[in-house]
Order: sequence, then structure tokens, then C-alpha cells
Amino acid sequence: MINEIIKNIFRFLILVLAQVLIIKNIDLGRFINPFLYVLFILMLPFETPNWLILFVSLILGLTVDMFYDTLGMHAAATVFMGFCRVGVLKLFSPREGYEFGTQPTIQYLGIPWFLSYASILIFLHHLVLFYIEVFRFSELLSTFVKVILSSLFTLLLVIISQFLFYRKKEQS
Amino acid sequence: MRNLIVFIWKHYFFFLFFLLEVLCIYFIVQNNSFHRATFINSSNQLSGNVLETYSDMSYYFHLKEANEQLARENALLRSTSMPSFVAISGPDYKIKDSIHLQKYQYVSAKVVNNSINRRNNYITIDKGSKQGLAEDMAVISSTGVVGIIKNVSENFSSVMSLLHKSCTISSKVKKDGSYGPLSWDGTDYRYATLSDIPTHVPLAAGDTIAISPYSATFPENILVGTVESFERKSGAYFYTVKVKLSTDFNKLNFVYVVKNFMKKEQEELENAAKKND
Repeated sequence: MINEIIKNIFRFLILVLAQVLIIKNIDLGRFINPFLYVLFILMLPFETPNWLILFVSLILGLTVDMFYDTLGMHAAATVFMGFCRVGVLKLFSPREGYEFGTQPTIQYLGIPWFLSYASILIFLHHLVLFYIEVFRFSELLSTFVKVILSSLFTLLLVIISQFLFYRKKEQS
Repeated sequence: MRNLIVFIWKHYFFFLFFLLEVLCIYFIVQNNSFHRATFINSSNQLSGNVLETYSDMSYYFHLKEANEQLARENALLRSTSMPSFVAISGPDYKIKDSIHLQKYQYVSAKVVNNSINRRNNYITIDKGSKQGLAEDMAVISSTGVVGIIKNVSENFSSVMSLLHKSCTISSKVKKDGSYGPLSWDGTDYRYATLSDIPTHVPLAAGDTIAISPYSATFPENILVGTVESFERKSGAYFYTVKVKLSTDFNKLNFVYVVKNFMKKEQEELENAAKKND
């Protein structure tokens, strides 16, 4: 339990630093702004209480906001994503529920499950984020293109990072 | 009443979500009303220090370019004949002259954080209130306009870049002086849009665009860019001009902050005049 908390705190720091120091500085044109840090919310353990997800999302969002000079925008998007995570997990749950001790990763639940889970949440996060950022009707369409392209790119990064850093636990 | 509490308790998750979301929106609105001093932004100590360390490292790789640029600028300054340039020592030098009153003072600063690919871009520089910077001061580079200071902390300032939704700068066509607002449309960081130029002005591609004398923040004649193309929308009496910005926002290293000693006086006078209406 304690181990799990430390692991999550560590993941939080790594992802935020990677986001604000590396990914923020990669210029992929105006339509692609990936936000890898949402992986933190995706990978919270199944046992996390609902209220804790919201608070952790808020803290994550505010931390990223601090570096992006956009107080509240990322926070609003991450809190929305944390809220949706509960529903999405319910929607995709296996018939007998999630096994205790497993995590929402490719290694435990397979690629199709993870793809649908991650893509929906990432899309919702980016949708809220970019529309709050623009906040006007005149750029409705171009913002939507931005949402789609950035979501795809974030998804790509999320999947790559899954394969890079998380290996399947030995089955005993 | 009891039923209400039971209801809220049953759906506490949704209400908590709603509450936090309202909090975020409050933050956003609070932060967006222009020039509101905010607490969590990139000029605070924690993120400022992280970004500065990072920029110190990445800055090392651009040393050659920065040196060349500085050397070129030094040569330019030396070749001008103003006598004050001989005795300069330190950034806070003032000219004591009984005929000329100094209006502007320049403080150099290093860029520690920058972005160009978002709709609203900010720059963080490594000088703050300790060095005498304050909100609303203009920021320029050796090549042209950069932005306006939005927040200052002790050692850092966060600058609203020209590449920002609410950054509008009064600019003029240098050859005949007709002026209009210049803003960024959020597409390409190399171009901005200048509107409200009357159609009788003989524009041509390559014409210089500079700061107009009516800008309260920027000194007049600071370079903004050159005319790339211009068009007259059907039914409009004005040209919309596409301006190629002279500042390369992708390669900002050193900038100058402009202190205007007479701004307060001018604003007070104008406000007093408005009050009398």
C-alpha cells in the first residue's frame, strides 16, 4: 500500500517534469500539443477512492498550470478527466470486475481494453483543455482538429511509454 | 432538509466534481482579467527556479549564436555617435542633462522560458521587482517588439508575448504615419495582422511597420516588422495587412525591458481629463 503511494508520487514528479521540460519545448506545429502527463491519472490504481482521484487530478492540473502560465485551465481539464475516469472504468469493466492488485495497464488488461480506455479519457481531457484555452466560437473547427491530432499524439506517447517502462509481472 | 443532505451524500462524487470544476473556472476567470496579480504563475519562485536551471543548461548550446548577436549589437551601438554610450557602467545608468529629460531606460534580461506554439504565449525573464521592473512595462529585443510584462515577482517576470490573444499594439506604417492595432491571429508565429489602415495609403510589400506615437507602453519607432501582403475585404474601407514580424520568437535569448519615466504622469493627466467629462 505504502509502496504503491510512493510509486505514484514518483510517477507524478517524473511525468510533470517530462511534460514541462521536454514535451513543452518540442514544437510540432500549431495543431499538435501532446500532454503526456495525463498518463498519471490513467494509471492510478483501481482501488483509489473517487474523491481522492478528483483531488489528485486537481493538484496535477495546478502543477502543470504553474509551468504553462494558464492558471486553472489544465486543472479544469484534469478534474473533468478524473471525474470521467470513474464512469469509463465502469463502462469497460470485465464481467467479474477488476482483479484485486492489477493496474489499468496494457500488461494486465490487454491492448484493446487499454486503447479504448485511454483514448476516450485523453480525448475528453484535450477537448476541455483546448476549448477553454481558445474560448471563442470563431476558431471552433480548427480547435477541433487540434483536439483530434493532439489526442492521437498523446495516445501514441502513452502507449510507447507503457511498452518502455512497464513490464509484465512474473506470473506465479 | 434531511432528504437534501442524504441526496448530496449519495451523489457526493458529482457534487465534489462540480465544486472543484467551479474552483478551476474561478481561477481561470481570475487569471484572465487582464493584469490581475496572480499567485500561481511561472514567475513564482518554485517554477521560476526549475525553469531557470533548465534554461541555463539549454542556453549553453546557443552561446555561439547569442555571442554573435551581442557582438553585432555592440558594434552598432559603438558606431552611433551618442556620447552617453562611452561612459555607461551598469544597467541603471542615467543621463544627467538639463536640456534633455530622460524618458526611457532599458534593462537587459535573459529569457528563461518561452513558447510559440500555443494560442496564448508567455515568456519568463530573469529580472523582477528587485531590478525595478513592474507590470505594464514594454519588452523589446534587439530586433523588435517582444511583449508586455504581466506579472513580476522578486527575481522573475512573466511577459505576455506579442503572440497572445489579448496583446494588441498600436503600430504605424512608417513612411506615412497612418496607424492601427496589430495583433496575432494564432496561426503562424512569424506573422501578425495589422488592421484599420485606410485604403488611400500607398502600401507596398516590404514597407516598414513600427510602433506608433500613440502607444503608451512602447517607445515610438521601435521596429515591429515589414509588410508581407495586404488585402481589402469586400465592403471594407480599410486594408488588413499581414505583417512579417522582425523578432524571431523562436530564438529569443536576450531582451530589453523599457521603463517609461513619464508614463505615470501621462496616465494621471489622461485619467483626470476623463474624470472631468
